[in-house]
Amino acid sequence: MPRLEEVTTLEGHIEPVWCVSWSPFGSLLATCSGDKTIRIWGKEGEKWICKTVLTDGHTRTVRYVTWSPCGQYLASASFDATVVIWSRKEGEFESIATLEGHENEVKAVTWSSSGSLIATCSRDKSVWIWEVTEDEEFECASVMTSHSQDVKHVIWHPYKEILASCSYDDTIKLYKEDNDDWTCFQTLASHDSTVWKICFDQSGSRLASCSDDKTVKIWQEYLPGNEEGIVTHGSDSVWKCVCTLSGYHERAVYDINWNHVTGHLVTACGDDSIRVFGEDADSNKNEPKFSLMTMINHAHSQDVNSVSWNPKIPNLLASCSDDNLVKLWRYVE
Amino acid sequence: MSLDNANPIVYQRSGARQISAADEDDTVIDEIDDREVYDLIRSINDPEHPLTLEELNVVEHANVHVDNKKNQVAISFTPTIPHCSMATLIGLSIRVKLLRSLPARFKVDVQISPGTHASEEAVNKQLADKERVAAALENSHLLKVVNECLSNHEN
Repeated sequence: MPRLEEVTTLEGHIEPVWCVSWSPFGSLLATCSGDKTIRIWGKEGEKWICKTVLTDGHTRTVRYVTWSPCGQYLASASFDATVVIWSRKEGEFESIATLEGHENEVKAVTWSSSGSLIATCSRDKSVWIWEVTEDEEFECASVMTSHSQDVKHVIWHPYKEILASCSYDDTIKLYKEDNDDWTCFQTLASHDSTVWKICFDQSGSRLASCSDDKTVKIWQEYLPGNEEGIVTHGSDSVWKCVCTLSGYHERAVYDINWNHVTGHLVTACGDDSIRVFGEDADSNKNEPKFSLMTMINHAHSQDVNSVSWNPKIPNLLASCSDDNLVKLWRYVE
Repeated sequence: MSLDNANPIVYQRSGARQISAADEDDTVIDEIDDREVYDLIRSINDPEHPLTLEELNVVEHANVHVDNKKNQVAISFTPTIPHCSMATLIGLSIRVKLLRSLPARFKVDVQISPGTHASEEAVNKQLADKERVAAALENSHLLKVVNECLSNHEN
């Protein structure tokens, strides 16, 4: 039976930890917390240690951190309504820009696969797209106000310039560039409550979402002219909910992460547990079937807020919690 | 500012809990029960009136449900009128009180008693969103108002 083995516990944050984020080459883990700091963890010999604490970027909770695709930049989103861009080109992390404009708490920030675009989202219901210029300037390219409530998360497609966002309004929205402006081309409605997180699989043709309604949903992309006969409009693809995982989670599901190597999905839940799901061998894309591979009850002593697979060591998992701790796990087949 | 509900009905306060011999015996492991959690919230002050939530019947012993083994606390509260604009603030005060008083292992769900408020669903959703609760508690003005509701100037 597959299982999760604890590798180590990383102590240092003194308030709930909201997010764990691996660098693209998997050697560094960035975490952020209600203690207003960002910590960078790495291996020294066999031991995981805290390499750096970034303390002077934000005046309130740091909600989310993420790396640029090249691994040279880190972006942090805070309840202080700003996003800070950190550069580590000189070896040390240095803040090089503060993105201002959101009216209140910024909930997430994400880099496009090319590294030339950044998206941010906020409780002010808007999603912003920023262009990254060659001399490290960041210019707002678009402000989208399609959601009717607090926007919880934004994520770019793994290789196309397609953006996805999810919200307290229970929906997921997809955006593309159209005549020099950005527009929402599809709204995915099926969840019964707040959609906390969304993530793409490696191919970018599937999306997984997790919600306050205690379910996980899998959405499949259908391109124009698809053989299933799903009706599309113009050149836009259509996304349909093809699978709902219900009955597994006892409370809100706060994060979901798709392993781009093994295809396993991992979830972070308000019931303190971490669950790993795998797709069945006889699963088909129009009606996929996922099974619970393993779970850790009380992985943390409080809500699990975020989970992330290491991009280079596919069985290594990071998690963080309201219990102020960060943990590393090994998924053993 | 005009009051939402100028003349609320005032209810009797419950007496102090009966202390049994087992309560004073330190060798007995006391499980956290409904009455103990009710005692934590009944003296919270109403944001508008110089009265407690118990005196306004906003909280009742019967609407407190504790499952000590499952680490769950479920509380429903009843706004004095169906359009009470203070409902979210009252719910937030209950949440904060229990956040500060109960062991961290407890999951606390605070909801409006079904059918007693016009925006019941919206208020419940907001109270259940821990990210928005965390952000609200970083707002110094709001935190001051919550702390006033929780200050114990009666007993």
